Amino acid sequence: MNLKLKIWRQANAEAKGKTITYSISDISPDMSFLEMMDMHNEQLIQQGEDPVAFDHDCREGICGMCSMFINGEAHGPDRLVTTCQLHMRKFKDGDTITIEPFRANAFPVIKDLAVDRSAFDRIQQAGGFVSVNTSGNTQDANAIPIDKHDADKAFDAATCIGCGACVASCKNASAMLFVSAKVSQYALLPQGKVEATDRVLNMVNQMDEEGFGNCTNTGACEVECPKGISLENIARMNRAYLTASLKG
Amino acid sequence: MITTTIARKLAMALSGLFLILFLGQHFTINMTSVFSEKTFNFLSHFMGNNLVVQFILQPLLILGVVFHFVMGFVLEIKNTRSRSVKYQSYKGSANASWVSRNMIISGIVVLSFLGLHFYDFWVPEINYKYIEFLPQDPDRYYGELVHKFHSPFRVAIYALSFVFLSLHLFHGFSSSFQSMGLNNKYTRGIKLFTVAFSLVIPAGFIFIAIFHHQNG
Repeated sequence: MNLKLKIWRQANAEAKGKTITYSISDISPDMSFLEMMDMHNEQLIQQGEDPVAFDHDCREGICGMCSMFINGEAHGPDRLVTTCQLHMRKFKDGDTITIEPFRANAFPVIKDLAVDRSAFDRIQQAGGFVSVNTSGNTQDANAIPIDKHDADKAFDAATCIGCGACVASCKNASAMLFVSAKVSQYALLPQGKVEATDRVLNMVNQMDEEGFGNCTNTGACEVECPKGISLENIARMNRAYLTASLKG
Repeated sequence: MITTTIARKLAMALSGLFLILFLGQHFTINMTSVFSEKTFNFLSHFMGNNLVVQFILQPLLILGVVFHFVMGFVLEIKNTRSRSVKYQSYKGSANASWVSRNMIISGIVVLSFLGLHFYDFWVPEINYKYIEFLPQDPDRYYGELVHKFHSPFRVAIYALSFVFLSLHLFHGFSSSFQSMGLNNKYTRGIKLFTVAFSLVIPAGFIFIAIFHHQNG
């Protein structure tokens, strides 16, 4: 396959970026998108040019690091996959592919396609945990009976890898799907109920402080989420937040 | 509390549902004009002269309308500011409906229509009762309604506005339940009701306008 790549290039956070068009040839349809990017970078290095910076780590769809906005969609045109799981067979010979970083004021560009998603870390630190004494006498989690329905829903929420596709896809750059998944994965379990009130208040307040937009229930986040996190989590968080606010 | 993301969305949802309730009541009264001039005059006279309606419900309604659109603009500004650098390629239609992404457009059209509607009905009514202090006439309402729909231009504007109201309701009604934290086994039913409501009520209002234009 021969392709044209329109890639966002930005030297650093302060620099003014621009889109540069490259041509790339001999791309196998069996390559992953990141392998295609690797090949492109090798060519750039051989030509003495600066390679394109992009985030990646596990390349198995579980770390949440790859973060490109490909042809107008987070993680590209495929569904329930991260960019590392996207394959070039999803494109046609002669295609022009536009590659941009995830855009949100809360996700500033570090360089080229790499963005700073530490806002998610700060939200998580604000309450996305369970305070457990880990001094060696930790109770086996399986000792507490948990309704299967709740356990499944908590697990579904916990599959969120924090990649930020929800923010990138949302027309308002809202982080509600991410935060609601993190709130839900604890709120549904008995271990998480103890700190439920403080957790939801603190995490939502931190989310607002980071400058994410408001959720307008378009559902784009759910469609683009590589892990299929449901909008049901947002409703659960809304409910939990309103209850917590009344408590106090 | 109203300063947080979720609280603002709840406020939008509650004010929206309040306006939907009013819309249902307005539609019911207007529909009577198709079947019975006498009933329509009776109900309109009651609504126009009942003290509770005039001095409690009416100010509450105006407050609800103003709050809903002011909060809508506040949220829109915040949302726009959350992404200063826009995408060069953004495929919004790949993952969300046009109506859900453009509530501000349908909302502005409905708001503009409300301006015309106030000019057509509310301003003359206030002038009649509280400025010129004209004598009460319980039989004047039907005639005033029919008179307004003489002009095909006005009927067309009304029809177009109600198409946008339909679009606004299509997303807004069921979305308000999600904002209130209700996403459960009843959600499918709420979505079905939303589709029915957002089609039947605006279509009914358009029918009333065309009916009086044809028969007036």
